[in-house]
Amino acid sequence: MAEFLWSEQDTGPGRIEAALRDLLKQSAAEGAFVPARVLNLIAIVDREWRGEIENRLERVGRYHPSRTVICSIEPGRTQLDAVAYLSGPDAKKPGELAVGSETVVVDCGPGHVPRLDSLVDALVVPDLPTVAWSPHRHPEAIDAVLSLVQVVLLDSIEEPSLTEAVTRAEQLAGSAYVVDLAWLRSTPWRERIAATFDPPLWRAELGRLAKITVRHHPDSAMAALLLFGWLCSRLGWQPGSLIQQNGSLRGRASARRHEVELCLEPDAHQAAPGLAGLQIETASGMSLSLDRGPGGLAARRTSRDGREATWTVLGASRGEAGILGEGIRQALLREPTYGPALEAAGAMVR
Amino acid sequence: MTTVAENPLVEGLERLPVHPTTLIIFGGTGDLAQRKLLPAIYNLAHEGALPERFNLIGVSRSDMPDDEYREVARRSISSYSRREADPRVLDSLLERVRYVSGTFDDPAVFERLATCATEYDDEAGIPFNRVFYLSTAPAFFPVIVGQLGRHGLDRREGAEVRVVIEKPFGTNLEEARSLNRDVLEVLDESQVFRIDHYLGKETVQNMLAFRFANGLFEPLWNRNYIDYVQITAAEDIGVGTRAGYYDSSGALRDLVQNHMLQLLALLCMEPPVNFSADEVRDEKVKVLHAIDPPDPLRCAEMTVRGQYAAGHAGGEESHSYLDEEGVPDGSQTETYAALRLGVDNWRWAGVPIYLRTGKRLARKVTEIAVTLKPVPHLAFSQEGSLGVQPNQLVLTMQPNEGVSLSLVAKIPGTRMKLRPVNMEFLYGTAFLSQSPEAYERLIMDAMRGDATLFTRNDEVEAQWRVIDPILEGWAQSDDALPQYEAGTDGPAEADGLLAEGHRWRAI
Repeated sequence: MAEFLWSEQDTGPGRIEAALRDLLKQSAAEGAFVPARVLNLIAIVDREWRGEIENRLERVGRYHPSRTVICSIEPGRTQLDAVAYLSGPDAKKPGELAVGSETVVVDCGPGHVPRLDSLVDALVVPDLPTVAWSPHRHPEAIDAVLSLVQVVLLDSIEEPSLTEAVTRAEQLAGSAYVVDLAWLRSTPWRERIAATFDPPLWRAELGRLAKITVRHHPDSAMAALLLFGWLCSRLGWQPGSLIQQNGSLRGRASARRHEVELCLEPDAHQAAPGLAGLQIETASGMSLSLDRGPGGLAARRTSRDGREATWTVLGASRGEAGILGEGIRQALLREPTYGPALEAAGAMVR
Repeated sequence: MTTVAENPLVEGLERLPVHPTTLIIFGGTGDLAQRKLLPAIYNLAHEGALPERFNLIGVSRSDMPDDEYREVARRSISSYSRREADPRVLDSLLERVRYVSGTFDDPAVFERLATCATEYDDEAGIPFNRVFYLSTAPAFFPVIVGQLGRHGLDRREGAEVRVVIEKPFGTNLEEARSLNRDVLEVLDESQVFRIDHYLGKETVQNMLAFRFANGLFEPLWNRNYIDYVQITAAEDIGVGTRAGYYDSSGALRDLVQNHMLQLLALLCMEPPVNFSADEVRDEKVKVLHAIDPPDPLRCAEMTVRGQYAAGHAGGEESHSYLDEEGVPDGSQTETYAALRLGVDNWRWAGVPIYLRTGKRLARKVTEIAVTLKPVPHLAFSQEGSLGVQPNQLVLTMQPNEGVSLSLVAKIPGTRMKLRPVNMEFLYGTAFLSQSPEAYERLIMDAMRGDATLFTRNDEVEAQWRVIDPILEGWAQSDDALPQYEAGTDGPAEADGLLAEGHRWRAI
């Protein structure tokens, strides 16, 4: 990774911005990189875990933001220290241009948080979409930069409870477009459910769904709840409240002519955050289950006559870096079904 | 008849469901299958983009059991995939792979194929869609389609059957028509997907977005403002290991008839009513019909061909075409072709469209350069300036995908001296993701039944209608084939095609 680097202690936004311009000039003079102009990412992190977040961002690979501003919050700090660097590929093919990205790391203190907007405003590239992400929570810091950003990246599984997760996501959605990593964790599952019921023969069964069970990582109930919210909102069900029962959350949703049983079950064997498996049963006796397996999702379908079919739905695990990369990519798109799914999820936990 | 409501679950999904599919590759051990198709299928599997139930059957002459073919597929994916293969996904994919050996004119092959495909259906309890991918020598296209028909493999109750046909689709108009007749005797046009992998490239598709989603360009996009257009598809490499194919094809058939005429059609077409397959293809066909084909007897006025001689490429000495391995002595095959065409319609009448392609040229580049007419009056003195050049809009497909607009600007200083400057948009700097391989997009589209990026029967015949007279003119000509030094911009004779004041862009 080739780099152009600048650093300064006790600095300020104006000096950092000037240094960035200087680095770009140096890079242009040497014909090193063409700076990418895709989106700005403002990441607000705890100083203690900054390295871990930098590593996570490194691993998002091709979905890297073009300018990343990391605000690293350190208790007791009053002075701003900053490092800025331009980086790009070491080698480029003859005749091809290398595309580089810019990173600024600003060490700041709690006192800077309430007016974090005045710090980062000068550091983002104007006219590009700007995304804010605060993986170590710091809701007050996100609130401070909301006026600068169009998109907030959040992982609602990190909130202390389902109710707080829904409330926080709804609150942010009032000011910005929300990309929720918990929602993205359910994407392959939503795609597979949609595909299962796409053939006309099976589509009719959508009106006869009777019971849905979703198993999830113990800390990822929100991803499963959003999946229920999605089904309720897409199929026009009225969700009822979920109630704790033997470690699971159970409830019902009212479809036009019948009730659908809903069950969220934590799965202690699931190592990675997200969903572990699901089972959909219909009133006519058909059922479909999907479970994580080697090389993709292990699918099992039982027909009305009791015949069973199993197969693997191919796909590689995206890993946490892949989910984050997907979240950054989604910041440039607009997904119309998350909002209604969140609303339905809210009705289940309030 | 009862109608089934739309699937409410697909709203908002980026990847729409695709019906369970069995993909059958004829030529399953061939070069294209190993370098492009199998890796593309793996990458789709890796991303979870394949249909939720998917089977693959390779069909080829070599006799081998399923397991050996799976190893062939594993090796080709490991060697040519754009990403490192995840062993668990690869193993799961290969579990669904089978192989049928034999020659394509042998009915027994199609009986075994039918059995194999039906076993997949029976195992799942549903009829899978079937996509037959003809990655074979063109001579086998009608043979295979005929056999599919005779063995009832052209239709499937409760499922779709589609046939993807690789290029070249014929070597002249008569062959293309004959092939279309043979194919359409068995299949409906809606089942046929004639592939031109250029159309699967993001930057080629971006031409439609560029033209029809930006109000800036449309008012200028006509004979009143555009002086001339140049389409260049230059390669810096020679024929390599493809001499056998290339010598019977030549530059005109290899690139101009398909890829370059596609670029021309996309550049010149009228805005379609919508972006459905037929609306887009209707507009492209209109453009192709508006090209006045050259008179074979006056071919030399509108075309130039050439063949590369020895020279230097990448700082090293390079062979002449005739010295390449596998090229017959005294071959008269052109490795360079340049054409001047016109699109005779209201929008483009009188605007020359220059096309050129060649091997062993100075560098690899594919681009469309649209040169605007010069300003009607120049108030500036040209003295001491690099001069006022007409604005040029360059759409680059490779290697640096993007759009560049040349403008004229004042050179800083006390005098009003001018020079051209460039305003550039580079595709790679503005989007997060890499473009998927063209074959990934096209295989998915064929499985989905979306023919927008495939060539329709009338389109391919319209392309040959332009190319045929040139081939005829060249065949009749006694003129010596111009030679050009490898590593240069091509034969000097190409300058003779240009109207006064026009010039080729440096390659």
